[in-house]
Amino acid sequence: MQKMPQWAEVVLVPLISLFLAAILSALVILGIGEDPIEAVNLMITGALGSTYGWGYTLYYATNFMFTGLAVAVAYHAGLFNIGGEGQATLGGLGVALVCLMLPWPHWSLALIAAILGSALFGAFWAMIPGYLQARRGSHIVITTIMFNFIAAALMNYVLVNMLRPAGSMDPATERFPEAVHLPSLHDVLAVFGINFSKAAPANVSLLIAMIACLLVWILIWRTRLGYEIRSFGKSESAARYAGIAPARITIITMLLSGALAGCMAINNVMGEAERLVLNAVEGAGFIGIAVALMGRSHPFGVFLAAILFGFLYQGGAELALWTSIPRELIVVIQALVILFTGALDNMVRAPLEKVFLAMRRAPKSERKTQAAE
Amino acid sequence: MELLSLFDLAVLDSTIRLATPLLLACLAGLFSERAGIFDIGLEGKMLAAAFFSAAVAAVTQSVWLGLAAGIAAAMALSAVHGLASITFKGNQLISGVAINFLAAGMTVLIAQDWFQQGGRTPSLIGGGRFPPITLPFVDAVRGIPFIGPIYAELISGHSILVYVAVLAVPGTWWILFRTRFGLRLRAVGENPAAVDTAGVSVVGLRFAAVAICGVLCGIAGAYLATALQAGFVKDMTAGRGFIALAALIFAKWRPWQALWATLLFGYLQAIALRPDIIERALGFTVQVQLLDAMPYILTVVILAGFVGKAIPPRAGGEPYVKER
Repeated sequence: MQKMPQWAEVVLVPLISLFLAAILSALVILGIGEDPIEAVNLMITGALGSTYGWGYTLYYATNFMFTGLAVAVAYHAGLFNIGGEGQATLGGLGVALVCLMLPWPHWSLALIAAILGSALFGAFWAMIPGYLQARRGSHIVITTIMFNFIAAALMNYVLVNMLRPAGSMDPATERFPEAVHLPSLHDVLAVFGINFSKAAPANVSLLIAMIACLLVWILIWRTRLGYEIRSFGKSESAARYAGIAPARITIITMLLSGALAGCMAINNVMGEAERLVLNAVEGAGFIGIAVALMGRSHPFGVFLAAILFGFLYQGGAELALWTSIPRELIVVIQALVILFTGALDNMVRAPLEKVFLAMRRAPKSERKTQAAE
Repeated sequence: MELLSLFDLAVLDSTIRLATPLLLACLAGLFSERAGIFDIGLEGKMLAAAFFSAAVAAVTQSVWLGLAAGIAAAMALSAVHGLASITFKGNQLISGVAINFLAAGMTVLIAQDWFQQGGRTPSLIGGGRFPPITLPFVDAVRGIPFIGPIYAELISGHSILVYVAVLAVPGTWWILFRTRFGLRLRAVGENPAAVDTAGVSVVGLRFAAVAICGVLCGIAGAYLATALQAGFVKDMTAGRGFIALAALIFAKWRPWQALWATLLFGYLQAIALRPDIIERALGFTVQVQLLDAMPYILTVVILAGFVGKAIPPRAGGEPYVKER
């Protein structure tokens, strides 16, 4: 039996968790001697007050949509993929190889190839932990953590020893050719006569990320595979009795998850930096965890949560610029969101469930007494 | 004989220094995971302890007060972990992730607020650091070939926390395998229902284990900031919590094996700092990145069951619910 109506589950619980995280964040800001209301005002003007701010907010949000979807898909199968960071790193390598190795006539062709390349590399990096969990019984959380570190070391090696142009000291690839330059939101919106900041890094990848949200929704709720993933996540034994092969679902889910995380690279590597640098992911893989938790692993929730975190990221950068609040405030907020929406979920949920059960019981008992009369 | 230079005293000495925080964190994780509480928040707890020990030591000029503050900070995060994963039966892994980020953000935030030095503490001098300890008879023994230099250079001359860490190994072994508390603690990680049936508090035992984990992480963090280095810098744990986690798996959740595993990983860290020695000894260069990644690769290989099987405590990661 559902203890709470659907809307409370989907809207109320996350909002209360977010509210608690926000209150604690405000206390933290107060604690370091700044004014939380002023800080929020600064963040809103900085992140949403101009198309420039929006451009950065949406750019970050695009990253988080991909990594959030990656965590969400795995979560539906009961798998906790902490390896988004490493998978997105490898995705960057895929994008760089695609962009540098072939002469592309047009960005659209390069984009399609880059999506395939990044998804392939990301999926590969997630496949090994997936295989090890499915066939060798090693815990996916630990292996994905280990693979994050191995990815960082591998990327370091590849950039320093293989992809670095001769004579350059910088551990980075050379710039991608002009032909693979992705249109920014400025270019896209100009077609419709809308004026959007030229300097902001948001680009067509945002549309790809939104399409990815839609595709993931279709996959999870409208396909046989999605059904298998969900039933496997709910109960492995039940899924097994229904003839669903656990190893197959585990590996396929991790492939999809890794591919989504890898695709982030079309935004940050191809869309923004236009070359591959060390630590290009900058923690976006981990923010995917917060985004997926906040969005309740639903693609639309992930979409909204990604924009929220994009706002926090850009707002936090503005705060660091204008006040003495360091950027790390965002890391704290991120931690609190993960804590309240993820680990302390029951703390919020249990009292709410009691309230709803009490509300439901009350009218029923009235009915009973009426019947007795 | 060139190969022997891979094991020269300087390298082995820094092996011990670098293995100490890994060992302490590994034993911390051992207590927690043996009681059925997965802890991927070792990194965060060490980081918080590193900051608060350095901050308090810098302000009070007393390294012992710093150590106490570090332990208190790590225990506070342990309490959060316990609250989330024991009291509210939340996901232990997610809680650990949150704790890592909480520590990474809060340490810089507070450091900036207190010291305004870009997220670091002032450098520790004098009483703010743990001094090296010279063991007795060093001068008398030094002359003896082979054993003498090992005793004088390698074993003597570390800070007290190094000896604490080494002694914590038999200590952990004794507590876990020779006391009633240890038996119950291990039982609660394998079959909490049985412990509950015997009338022993599962919640109490698990909180005790998480608290011990906090104390050991606290010492590990304090060692980083007040003994290995002189002060706190942003993200100074640099993945050590995860290497400790890897060592824990490598050691298959046993204390003596934890010592060997952390020494091995400490050695890999030490040798990675000296590429010249590797080249001289082996005649070819080994990529630093490969040495960096080695602990993680070894752990994956162990986890995959290709070299022995690492089986975690059976009830690990699952909150205990009295009635199903």
